[in-house]
Amino acid sequence: MTSERAGGGARVLARGWGWRHAGRSRWAVRDIDLDIRPGERVLLLGASGAGKSTLMQAIAGVLGGDDEGDSSGTLTVDGLHPGAARDRVAMVLQDPDSQVVMARLGDDVAFGCENAGIPAAEIWPRVEAALRDVGLDLPLSTPTSALSGGQKQRLALAGAIAMRPRLLLLDEPTANLDPAGVDEVRDAVERLCHDSEATVLIVEHRVAVWASVVDRVIVLDEAGGILAEGDPDDVLDDRKAELDAAGIWVPGSSSARIRPAAEEGETLLTARSLSVGRTPFGSRTAQVAASGVEFATQRGRALAVTGPNGAGKSTVALTVAGLLRPVDGILEAAGPFRRGLPAEPSRWRSRQLVTRIGTVFQDPEHQFVRSTVRDELAVGPRAAGVDRHAADARVDELLARLRLARLAAANPFTLSGGEKRRLSVATAIATRPDLLVLDEPTFGQDARTWRELAALLSELLDAGHAVMAVTHDDAFVHALADDVLTLPGAAARVETSVRGHTHAVGGQPCAVEATR
Amino acid sequence: MSVVLTPDIRSSRIAGISPVAKLGAALLISLTLVLTIDWVSASVALLLEAMLLPFAGVPARQFWLRTAPVWVAAAAAAIATALYGADSGAVLWRLGPVTVTQGSLSLAGAIALRVLAIGIPGVILFATSDPTDLADGLAQLVHLPARFVLGALAALRLLGLFIDDWRALGQARRARGVGDGGGPLGAVHRLGSRSFALLVLSLRRGNKLATAMEAKGFGGTMRRTWARKARFTGRDVAMVCLGAGIAACATTAAVLAGSWSFVVS
Repeated sequence: MTSERAGGGARVLARGWGWRHAGRSRWAVRDIDLDIRPGERVLLLGASGAGKSTLMQAIAGVLGGDDEGDSSGTLTVDGLHPGAARDRVAMVLQDPDSQVVMARLGDDVAFGCENAGIPAAEIWPRVEAALRDVGLDLPLSTPTSALSGGQKQRLALAGAIAMRPRLLLLDEPTANLDPAGVDEVRDAVERLCHDSEATVLIVEHRVAVWASVVDRVIVLDEAGGILAEGDPDDVLDDRKAELDAAGIWVPGSSSARIRPAAEEGETLLTARSLSVGRTPFGSRTAQVAASGVEFATQRGRALAVTGPNGAGKSTVALTVAGLLRPVDGILEAAGPFRRGLPAEPSRWRSRQLVTRIGTVFQDPEHQFVRSTVRDELAVGPRAAGVDRHAADARVDELLARLRLARLAAANPFTLSGGEKRRLSVATAIATRPDLLVLDEPTFGQDARTWRELAALLSELLDAGHAVMAVTHDDAFVHALADDVLTLPGAAARVETSVRGHTHAVGGQPCAVEATR
Repeated sequence: MSVVLTPDIRSSRIAGISPVAKLGAALLISLTLVLTIDWVSASVALLLEAMLLPFAGVPARQFWLRTAPVWVAAAAAAIATALYGADSGAVLWRLGPVTVTQGSLSLAGAIALRVLAIGIPGVILFATSDPTDLADGLAQLVHLPARFVLGALAALRLLGLFIDDWRALGQARRARGVGDGGGPLGAVHRLGSRSFALLVLSLRRGNKLATAMEAKGFGGTMRRTWARKARFTGRDVAMVCLGAGIAACATTAAVLAGSWSFVVS
């Protein structure tokens, strides 16, 4: 099934290699000694901030020259400087959206081949073979904007293998995908590894996904150098505790229930036959993303919203958070919760909203509005009318509680992924809202951040807050959720608007399902 | 995003022509019309363009939506010229230093027609062309640098994401408690800070895209090949000739009518 490939794989050799970004005092990665043999499949692990992505970019030869930073030691691909070996290397990155270059499927796969100077007559057979290899059986003219996350990552993979590289680099290729997308990409890579002689280097947090695909695991140490390396099973058995502490998803770690089942609580928000949707740019009517949605959020209980991609989960969350108007149906805040305001959260003023509902966006960067962590935390309380003194006290408490104190003066955009996530949750709870709405809070997070987040939410629930979280993280649902709202996908919606039952409304047909 | 990069292009006579030929024709007309300011040349060009419009296959609603900015620009330019343009002839209306005269009114008409005659072919060009084909043509036929052409094409894709980012930023600000209030001054301040946030976001997106393109070997030392061959056929030559013909007719009519007046003299 596979197209023939240019012979063999590349050898990657590092001796005492390190890199420091321009203007930083800390080395992003240092003291790396590596010998990756031709044709080997290697999984590269490490805590977030251990420099995995920097090392990948260096091997790919896209880290830049002397003006971008300082390097030490040596790093070669097939004995060449990585910058000179770029035509032997292809890379797939983490974010599905930022890798698409062209507007049409076929053109996007062809793009790399064109850059490599491959004659036009040879390009199209390669494009078709590559798309077949990754299992994307779509017309070449398909708009790339119409693809799902998993399909986009397979497209990126097809673009990479069409160049017939001697070294294939995969930098967290499944971090931003839902479980179905993860399987799609993993299976495509597994087939490739089976058919090709290329050297494959994968960076990932989730070991279980890749352990069976690779020959060797290399773990980078946060303090520099290599923490462990060897056969996947041996490393995972011997170093389990260290890996777990470093935030790596070792098979069997976490995902136990972390809190007892919650009692019935005071109802804050009730949705009845709710339809949600967004109005596209330049259109008058809303496109309905989900309809017939019914649930209630209660103090002390966590409601998880699950369902396949495109089922309208995020739209439901934005509507509940008072950021979108419901298209149809009823979304009603209970009296003690709305405290004299209209029933529908979308009609509240911004400053009234923040003391009632806090929202944590999927992409933390979207919600940052100030240039230091401290100011960022003070925005909400100040807008809600808390005086400066009390606001400062709140900010200090949050900084300490979420281990952000040493970053108080840092710019939010410069934080690591885990720190950004902690800050985004902290900004949402700074105004002490009754209800906290989170959109994919555990997306792309390492195991350490995941545990911190789960513990924090558990604390908030104990303190009587209500939590609603959109997620397709089963471990998260299992660890925290008291109720689950499952939105059927687009196809299923035609037959049945809503499924599931709740015990909250005494056996009445309703959308929520209690987890126990 | 689909609005920008993969527009729903209906097949039509004009849609089937190489974008480079359409660009050439539009440029010929535009360059001629900016040489002179008068009623006759612009009217003739606009009239001849209108005769070609049915062959573009752009539905009426689409046409008005897409050309709306051109009409607004034409009206704005006309009003500004009528009020502040060089005065001559009888004074029709006066308010302080602002005077509307026969001369400034006639200039205003000439300017408005000119904006339409130059703007509408440009809109039709983009409404009937796939940006990818235009980029291919510009690089292979006109031999513009691939770095420039493909960089612009890739950036165009990000344009569609702006709309989503803009909305998300607005929602985030509302969720943070700074989404309203403060009167008109607050609104202006919010617009500023939201625009800046959009700028920061788009720079980061651009950066990521550049890395992805570089990782696919873009901008390397290798001589690039083109998977899609851009062609220039007899029909395309005819399109350029048509553009030249419209420019020639407009010029001839203006000169015969005695209205041709060089902008720079």
